[in-house]
Amino acid sequence: MTEDGSIFFQLLVERLNYFIYIVLLMIGLWAMIAKNNLIKKLIGMSIFQTAIILFYVSTAVKEDATIPIYLPEHDPHGTELNSESNQSGGMIHAPQVLEASLVSGYTNPLPHVLMLTAIVVGVATLGLALSVCLRIYRAYGTIEEDDLLLELEKEDGRKAGGFRKKRPRRMPSRGGKSKDKVRKGTDEKSKSGQVQTRRRKSGPSKPTSTKSNSNSDTQGGEKKPKSRRRKPSPRKPREDKS
Amino acid sequence: MSDHIVWIVLFPLLGGVACSLFGNFSKKICYPLAVGSMIASVWSSVHTLFQVIESPLHQVSYIQGGWTLDLFPRGVGIEFRADLLGALITLVVTGVGLIVVLYSKVPVQRQTPGKEPLYYTLFLLQITGLAGITLTGDAFNLYVLIEVAALTGYGLIALGSNRAAAATFNYIILGTIGASLYLLGVGYLYLKTGTLNMVGILEVIEANNLHDSPAMQVAFVLVLLGVLIKMAFFPFHAWLPKAYCHAPTTTSCLLAPLVTKVMIYVMIRMILSVFGVEFSFESTWWAEVMPWLVVVAIICAAVMALAQREIKSMLTYLIVAEVGYMVGGVWIYNYYGLVGSIFHVISDACMTLCLFLGAGIILEKCRTTHFDGLRGLFAKMPLTMIGFFIGGFSIIGLPPTCGFFSKWYLITGGMVSERWEYMVTLMFSTMVMVILFFRLIERIHLAVDESGKNLGKGHGDLGLTDEQTRFDEAPLSMLIPLLIAASIVIIVGVYNQEVVNLIELFLEDHNLPTGVTYK
Repeated sequence: MTEDGSIFFQLLVERLNYFIYIVLLMIGLWAMIAKNNLIKKLIGMSIFQTAIILFYVSTAVKEDATIPIYLPEHDPHGTELNSESNQSGGMIHAPQVLEASLVSGYTNPLPHVLMLTAIVVGVATLGLALSVCLRIYRAYGTIEEDDLLLELEKEDGRKAGGFRKKRPRRMPSRGGKSKDKVRKGTDEKSKSGQVQTRRRKSGPSKPTSTKSNSNSDTQGGEKKPKSRRRKPSPRKPREDKS
Repeated sequence: MSDHIVWIVLFPLLGGVACSLFGNFSKKICYPLAVGSMIASVWSSVHTLFQVIESPLHQVSYIQGGWTLDLFPRGVGIEFRADLLGALITLVVTGVGLIVVLYSKVPVQRQTPGKEPLYYTLFLLQITGLAGITLTGDAFNLYVLIEVAALTGYGLIALGSNRAAAATFNYIILGTIGASLYLLGVGYLYLKTGTLNMVGILEVIEANNLHDSPAMQVAFVLVLLGVLIKMAFFPFHAWLPKAYCHAPTTTSCLLAPLVTKVMIYVMIRMILSVFGVEFSFESTWWAEVMPWLVVVAIICAAVMALAQREIKSMLTYLIVAEVGYMVGGVWIYNYYGLVGSIFHVISDACMTLCLFLGAGIILEKCRTTHFDGLRGLFAKMPLTMIGFFIGGFSIIGLPPTCGFFSKWYLITGGMVSERWEYMVTLMFSTMVMVILFFRLIERIHLAVDESGKNLGKGHGDLGLTDEQTRFDEAPLSMLIPLLIAASIVIIVGVYNQEVVNLIELFLEDHNLPTGVTYK
C-alpha cells in the first residue's frame, strides 16, 4: 500500500496537499448547499475559498527552495560586506533577472501574491454576507433557511395581490409564533417549531399549497421544491441526537 | 491623454472615491459627480473605440506600471487590452451606465433616502468593475474585477427592501461559488502555461500543443462552469430573478442589462482569446452538449416568464432566456452564430435597459408592477409606454429594432450549422415573447381582469374614472433616459450593418467554420 506509484501513496504522500484541497473544497460546497443555517453556509463558503488558497500556495512550493528574496550572493546590489562601497557607487534600483539556474533555488512568489488578493476578496465577501445576514435576522427574525423561506413565502403571497385566495390556509397556522420562538433563541423551541411546520405542510393541505406556490410565488418556483426535498435530510440526525 | 483605455476605468473609480469623500459634506454633490465621471468615461471609451478601429492591428494595449522585461515581452504587469470586441462592449457598459445614472435622480432619492453618497459610490465602482472586465488582458485580474463587480452588485441589491436582502444572500453564495470556480480554473491554466496574460496563455497552448492535456480540460470545465453560474445560465439561474426583481429601481436598471451580458463577453473572450477556438470546440465535448442545454434553458425560462404576473419578475426571466440565446449562438460553433451572439450582447443590453427603465417608471408612478394595476396606462403615460414597448418589440424581434437583426444572425447560424433544435427553440421562444408583450398590451388597453371578467362598460371603456386616466407623465429626469434608450434600440437596429462590420472585422482572424459543424 505504501509502495511508490500506488494510488494511496500518490494521494496520501506525494499529493497530500491536493488531496486535502479537494476534500476541503467538497466540504465547503456541501456546507453551502446542505446546511440550513445561514451562518453555517457562510462558514462553508469560507472553507471553499480557503481550499482554493491551499491549492494555489501548494503549487508554488519546491523542494529545497527558499523564500523569494535575493540571497546575499545573488543580490544585484552586492553582498552585505561590500554594500557600503556599493552605496557610494552606481547602484541599480530596478528588478534584475537572475539566471535560470539560480532561480530554481527560490519558490514562486506569484501564487502567494495572487492569494493575498484572493484573501482580501474573501474577507470582503464574508463581511458583506454577514451584514446581509444581520439584516435578514432583523427583518425576519430567523437565520434558519427553512423558516426564512416560509416567511418569504408569506410575504410574497401578500404582495401578489390577485392570488390571495389560496394563501390564508397556511397563514393562521403560524401566527405570531415564529417571532417569539426565535427571539427567545432556545434550540429546543425552534426545533419543535420547525417540526410542527413541516408536519403541517406535508399534511392534507399539500396539494393546494403546492398549486398556489407555482401560481402566486413569483420566482420561488425552483427554489422551494428544492428546500422541501432536502428538508428531511439535515434535520433527521439532529432529532436523533436530542 | 492618449491612454484613454485606462481612463475609462479610472474616471468612475475616482468619481466613486470622490462621492464617498465629499458626499458626507453635501449629499447634493453626488449626482453631478456621478454624471460627470460617467460622461468622461463614455467619452474615453468612444475615443478608445476609434483608436482601436484606426490602429493597424485593431487593438490598443496598455501595460499597468510599465512592467516589461526583455524576458517577458508581454509584460509581467497587468495588461489592459482593447480589441474591437472589448472596445464595443466597453462602450455599451459605460453608455448604459451613463443613461442609468441620469435616470437615477428621483428613484435613488426616494428609495434610499440619506444614503445617496454610498449608493453612488457603489454604483460607480460597479461600472469600474464591469468596464475593467471588458478591458483587462490578464486572467487573474479578470477574477478580481469580477469580484469587484459582484461585491458592489450585492451591496446595490441589498440596499433595497428586506426581501432584497434575503435574495442577496442567495446571490452571494452562488456568485462566490462561480467566481471561486473561475479562480480555480485560472490556477490550472497558470500551472500549465506559466503565464496569466490571456494572449500569452493562448500562445503557449498553441506552441506546446496542450490540446489533449487533462489539466487544460479541467481548467476549461472550471472556468466555463464558473462563468455560466455568474451569467445565470438556466440550471444556475436561481439567484437572478428574486435579486433583480426586489432590488432598488436604479440597481435593477444597471445590473440587469450589464452583468449577464458582460459575463457572456467573458465566455466569448475565454473561448476565442484564451483557450482558442480549436481547443474549445474540438478538443472538448461541450460543443455537442451545450446546444441541447441551451434548448432546455430557453424553453424553461420562457415558460417561467409566462407564469409571472408582475412586469419586473417577468423581465428577469426574460433575461435568463436571452442568456440562453447568446450562449447557444456561441456554442453552435459557427461564424454567423458568433456574430449573432456578439451583436445580441450589444442589442440585448440596449433593449433590457429600455424595458427596465420603463418598468422602473411604472413602479415609481403606480407603486406596483403587477399586471392588475396596469389598466389605462397608455392614457396616463403615453411616452413611457411607447419607450417600454419599443424595448418589448425588440425582445420579440420586430424589424426596425436591433433585436430583429441579432436574432436574424442567430437563426442564420442555427440553419447554416444545421442545429435545427436551436433554431426551433428560438422560434418557440419568440412566440412566447409575443404572447408576453401582447398580453401586456391587452391588459393595458382592455378592461378585462385575470379571470376574464369585464370591468368596463364595453366600447373602449376601461372602467376607470377620468382621474385615473388623466395625463400624468413621469418626471423628465426619468423619461428622457428611457426615450434615449428606446431611440438607441432603433438606431442600433437601423445602422446594424456598421456594428456587424466591426464584429466581422474582429472575427476575421479567428478560424470559424461557416458551414455544418455537427456530425
